[in-house]
Amino acid sequence: MQNYAYFLGCITPNRYPGIEIATKKSLSEFDINLLDVKGASCCPAPGVFGSFDLWTWLVVAARNIVIAEEMKADIMTTCNGCYATLQEANHLLKHDANLRNRVNKSLGKVGKQYQGSLNVKHAIEVISDDVGFERIAKKVTRPLKGLKIAVHYGCHFLKPSETRMHGSVERPTVLDDFVKSLGAKSVDYKDKPMCCGAGGGVRAANLEIALDMTAEKIDNMVDAGADCLMTPCAFCHLQLDRGQVELNEKYGRKYQLPVVFMTQLLGLALGMDARALGLYDNAISTESFLGKVP
Amino acid sequence: MPSILKRQTIREGERDFVNEVIEHGSRIFPKDDMATLRACIQCGTCTGSCPSGRRTAWRIRQIFLKTLTGLRMDALAAEDLWNCTTCYTCQERCPRKVKTTDIVRTLRNLAVREGHMRQDHAKVCQLVFKYGHAVPINDDVKAIRKRLALPEVPPTVHQYPEALKEVLEILEVTGFRALVERKE
Repeated sequence: MQNYAYFLGCITPNRYPGIEIATKKSLSEFDINLLDVKGASCCPAPGVFGSFDLWTWLVVAARNIVIAEEMKADIMTTCNGCYATLQEANHLLKHDANLRNRVNKSLGKVGKQYQGSLNVKHAIEVISDDVGFERIAKKVTRPLKGLKIAVHYGCHFLKPSETRMHGSVERPTVLDDFVKSLGAKSVDYKDKPMCCGAGGGVRAANLEIALDMTAEKIDNMVDAGADCLMTPCAFCHLQLDRGQVELNEKYGRKYQLPVVFMTQLLGLALGMDARALGLYDNAISTESFLGKVP
Repeated sequence: MPSILKRQTIREGERDFVNEVIEHGSRIFPKDDMATLRACIQCGTCTGSCPSGRRTAWRIRQIFLKTLTGLRMDALAAEDLWNCTTCYTCQERCPRKVKTTDIVRTLRNLAVREGHMRQDHAKVCQLVFKYGHAVPINDDVKAIRKRLALPEVPPTVHQYPEALKEVLEILEVTGFRALVERKE
């Protein structure tokens, strides 16, 4: 049994709780126990609050890390944004004693001290490294045969590569390998590594630009014949799911590509009930996709 | 003589603003990383890689040119500065290893200090000042959580008011609330 401090962030628990339950259910099948990070706040978002004031961004991030440090567990996230903030803050603080002292001075005012005692991981890493695709393939009871999945990586799991260290950012393979281990096919599509459009405060202040990027991504996935798209990030998930509804409502488009989170897909392949995995709680209906699941 | 004076003025500005950006970014990032700003050769690989620049007037190469030539207010007041999604594609591809995206975040920090925060962004900050979440819970999602057998309110600051108090105190201590509310 391995424990992780499951850092929820904002979008997972407050918009897509299906991601939260699917992650807990599917990982528990592999003896991974997810603990509550009690009293955690917004991570805070790297391209939003990091764009306003990096100092505040760092101190709030450090407070979130400290809660997990007190639990003596590594952090796991299901959002590239939370991962980016906590992984980067942890990296900066571990490598700069002077910065650590300054941050601890501010944290001291709320009775907290950053130690630098844990690692921050994305659920992708827990699934690929701690569990492993061979073990997953063996445990699959409902192989997703014949399903064509458009994998979306998002930006901040992989980049900046110097800090993240997950290999190629232009041609990553980890999520494609994951999809294959479930028996499905990962379809190649144009501009696969492209951003969903939401980051950096663009969704909040320039929605039409964010949606234009989303439309390009969805078009490319549909052109490749995808039955659904899969995300590893709650914020990309929101942008690609709700963004389709926004495009339909604002611009009269007819987008309806189902959006599935990676642990929801895992849960399905392990034989779990789609409703219990939150697959009926998206903005865009997942029924066309679920109808094709063997 | 006037032409010499003009030239000296620009040089002075160049040095001051480039130093200001490097110093400001170095509060958080390693100084060597921020100093990569000086290595920019204006090749345009960044703009050529930019998904936002494909559909907007945002030109990241241009903001670096403005910065390097000391056009401080031009760089900081640029509306397009806020069209970057921080995808890091430019930073990954830069042949001079300039920390482009992190320098953009630093320029935005300076822009906010000059009062160039967007109303929509100030609203997001207000949500954090109230709830500790940029995207707080609502009744619809509470109902979904209940149906999925999750606690109706997640175990975050939403469930622990004393934890929210800590976060709000940090936002005071770092001067963030004053920074945002001064501009509203």
